[in-house]
Formats: sequence, structure tokens, C-alpha cells
Amino acid sequence: MDFITASLPIVLPIAYALVMISVFMTLCGYSVLAERKVSSWIQGRVGPNRARVAFLGHIPIIGNLMTSLGLFQPAADGLKFLFKEEITPGHVKVGYYYLAPIIALAPALTTMVVLPFGRYVDADGITQPLVLANIDLGMLFILAISSLGVYGIVLAGWASNSKYPFLGGIRASAQMISYELAMGLSLLPVFMWAAAPGSDYGMSLFGVVQAQQSAWLVIIQPLSALIFLVALFAETNRLPFDMAESETDLVGGFHTEYGCFKFGIFFVAEYAHIIMGSAVFVLLFLGGWNFLPWFADPWSDGLLGTLLSVGWFMAKVFFMIFFFIWIRWTLPRFRYDQVMSLGWKILLPLAVGNLVLNTLIIALYDTFTR
Amino acid sequence: MAKTKVMERKPLTLAEKTFIPQILGGLKTTFSTMLQKPVTLQYPDERPNIPDNYRGVPTLVKDPNGREKCVSCQLCEFVCPPKAIRITPGEISEEEEPDRAHVEKAPKEFDINMLRCIYCGLCQEVCPEEAIFLQDIFSSSGYTREEMINNKEKLYELGGTLPDQHYKWDKKKAAEEKGNPHH
Repeated sequence: MDFITASLPIVLPIAYALVMISVFMTLCGYSVLAERKVSSWIQGRVGPNRARVAFLGHIPIIGNLMTSLGLFQPAADGLKFLFKEEITPGHVKVGYYYLAPIIALAPALTTMVVLPFGRYVDADGITQPLVLANIDLGMLFILAISSLGVYGIVLAGWASNSKYPFLGGIRASAQMISYELAMGLSLLPVFMWAAAPGSDYGMSLFGVVQAQQSAWLVIIQPLSALIFLVALFAETNRLPFDMAESETDLVGGFHTEYGCFKFGIFFVAEYAHIIMGSAVFVLLFLGGWNFLPWFADPWSDGLLGTLLSVGWFMAKVFFMIFFFIWIRWTLPRFRYDQVMSLGWKILLPLAVGNLVLNTLIIALYDTFTR
Repeated sequence: MAKTKVMERKPLTLAEKTFIPQILGGLKTTFSTMLQKPVTLQYPDERPNIPDNYRGVPTLVKDPNGREKCVSCQLCEFVCPPKAIRITPGEISEEEEPDRAHVEKAPKEFDINMLRCIYCGLCQEVCPEEAIFLQDIFSSSGYTREEMINNKEKLYELGGTLPDQHYKWDKKKAAEEKGNPHH
């Protein structure tokens, strides 16, 4: 018994991490399915509805329903990627060529360490976050690590030793640099309000969510939310900012020379970024697991309440993923120079102005209320 | 001369310059299309409606009495722009069809190379016997080049029998019985 009690602190975090990774990877797979389904609905198509698994697909009513919803499609896609002929073009720089997908995926998965996804009330009656590592610098960690994903894209573009992937990689890096500034600056007012001097939370994401118990920050800081959202679209390389791929002018962009599972990993990395981005936006601006603005959480302190808070958080994240796909079929792709001018000439000055404005308001507030 | 009307171009308002109302309008439009029924035809299960005058794969047809209409005049072979049709004329055997033998010919071989065919329909236009028709078959594929050459049996199998008001041989027989053998 002593051995088990002693080894729990080591075993439990590993188990939690494994559970979180499996949930996250499943979400990635099914957001690919969501992308295909929502795209088809918006375009008046049917979408994937044929893939069928031997036993599950033959359950009388549910089987047909699952087949027509395409629920087996991610498995079929994955198997297809696994069993395709693995082609390595002759002219690539082999080591880096294989390294690039890994570098693209790893940061996206690393950021989930600091992602709080629910809350529980501990024995002392204090609300605690459900998170793998509750560090005070959560947001900085996410900003720092998630931007590393672009190294994978740049490396893929360069190692492919081909013009179009190279251009895609260059564009991705330029875009990342341009929007990273606006993104960071748009977050500063948020933390200036949420982590006021004397608060316990610092830059942790849990603190931001706790600060939104009454009003969500999207209502208090709409400009920050807008800038952050636009920058998020640019950072995740999603349409209308998918400069790195842009099939119309770059064939396939940075992954033109990639096939089968290597391409699949790029795909998973993109969706991992989307899920992470959605989750961060929900935490920062949409109140995390808080029920509604100016409504107290209806769930209790017990286990059920914890599960409900996680479910409510997930529902918001799913809505954000849907929003990403929805935007994709609404806005056309920007031209490259438009992307640059939007980032440098509009978003960055706007973010700086927003920061200055908020600083002034806080200074005045402090002067007159003290 | 038509008068050119110069449209007045208003400067954008502040709201329009931010593009946000326009983006929201676009989101509304795409969301409303999402709630509509899909318009896709699920092809292998659902077949499209083929119009009557559709030009699909050329086929040979028989008359309602089951006789082959083609008399191997080779007009279609002659007119075929990509030279896809190849006819070997042959005689009709006297035992099988005594009333047609020595009157008409029939093709011994009739090949249409579907790799060459351009579906122009000139063969159908030119045929004096209305024996070759471009029908509603739109999907033809094969694994080899040889497989894509439709021979006579294949062409009759694809073509089948079309309704025909003409009944050439019935008319000839009736005229003969009335004592007018050269009708």
C-alpha cells in the first residue's frame, strides 16, 4: 500500500497527461470531420457519409446514422494516410524534411499543459482549476510556445527544396511576426484589468477566467477581443489568412512536397492550433467555464458541477471551432500585401492605441477612487 | 449609340471602412445556406435526368422486328471526323433471312473506338437507315485500350431496339402481296 501511495504523485500526472493527449488528439481528428461536414453544409453538399466500420456500422438504426454523419471518416482518413505509398522526393534535405512535421505538431501539443479546462472546489472551499500545470505565466507560456509551430512550417518550406513550399514558408514566417506583435499588445489591457496589483493570479489563465465571473471580457474589452481574434486567425494560418498554403497561387504551399502521414501530421498540427486558439479565446474573452455574463454559475461544488463546468467550456470551444470554419467559407483569402498592411498599419496601431487608452483609464480610475 | 451611365460612387462610411458590418452580413448569408437542403446529386446511387437529345455513347439499334438496321453503307465511317468508326461490309446469309439477302448488306464487323470518338453525332445525322444513335450512356471506362473499342455485339447490346414507325420490310412485303414488287 505504501508503495502505491508513494508512487501516486508520479503516476497520476502521467495518467492525466495521457488522458488529455488522447482527448486532444481525438478532438483534432473530429475537428477535421467537422471542417468537412460544415463546409459541405455551407456549400449545399452532403459531405462524407459513406465510411462504415464492420460491426458498429451494422447496428440497426444508430449504425446508419453514424455512417451518414460520417463518424467513421476520421478513422478511414487516418488508415488511408498510414497505408499510402510513402514518397520522399529525391531533391529534399532528408533529415529536416522528416523533422518539420514533428516540429510543427510538438508546440501545438505542448501548450495544452497550461490550459485550464474546468474548475473544481477543493476541501477548503477554494475554487481550483483543472489543469496539468497551473503556472502563473500561463498566457506567456502559450504565446511563447505556440509561435514555435511556425518553425515547422518554415523548415518544411525550406527542406522541400522547391519554390512554392519555400514561398509558403516565407509567407508564414512573415505573417507570424507581423501578427504576433498585435496579438501580444492586444492582450496587455486584458491582463492589466484581470491581474490588478494585489491579485493572486498574475498572468495565469485561471485568474483571467475568475476575473470574468460577472462580465465577460469580450463585453468590457471588445477591441482587444477583435484584434486578438484577427491575430489568432493569422497565427493559425486559417482562411482568410492562409498565406502559407493558398492553393490557388502556391499549389499547396509549405506542404506541397509532403504526402501520406507526414502531410497528415501537418494537418493535425493545424487543427491542434485551432483548438488551442479557440480554447485560449474562450478563456480570455468568453468567460471560460462561467455560465453567462452577470449570471452566477448554476452548477454545484461537487463532481457533477465540475463535469458541467468542463462541458460548458467544451461547448464554447466547439462553437469557436465552428466559427473558424464558418469564417472560412465567408471571407475570401487576402492578398499577401493586404495581410501585411492589415497587420502593420491597422492592427498594430490599434492595439497600441487600445493599450494607451486602457492605461489612461486605469490611471484615472486609480486616482479618483483612492 | 447607347448612353453610358456613370454610377455615382459614394465614399465609404466609417462602419463600412471597418468591414465589420459587411463581414457580419456575409456570416449571416453563409449561415442561412447551411440550413438549406443539400442540392448534391449522390451520383452512383442517384442518376441524373438525361435529356432526350443527349449525345452519349454511339450505339447500333435494331428495328422492332429484331432485324439489324445497318446496311453497312459506310457513310458514318466516311463522315466520322476522328475516324473512330471502322466497318467491314458483309453479305446477309440466305438461309437466315431469305427476304433480305441479296437486297441489303449488313456489317460483318462494326467497331467504334471510344478512345477516338468525340461524340459529335455526325454518324447519327448521316445514317440513312437510322441505325446508329447516340444514346444516354454517359459513363464508359475500361482498363485497356482494346476494351474501349466497342465491337458489333457490344454496340447492339448497348443500343437495343428503338421504337420505329417505319417498318421498311413490312411495307415491302405488303406491297409485294398487292402485286407491286418494285415498291
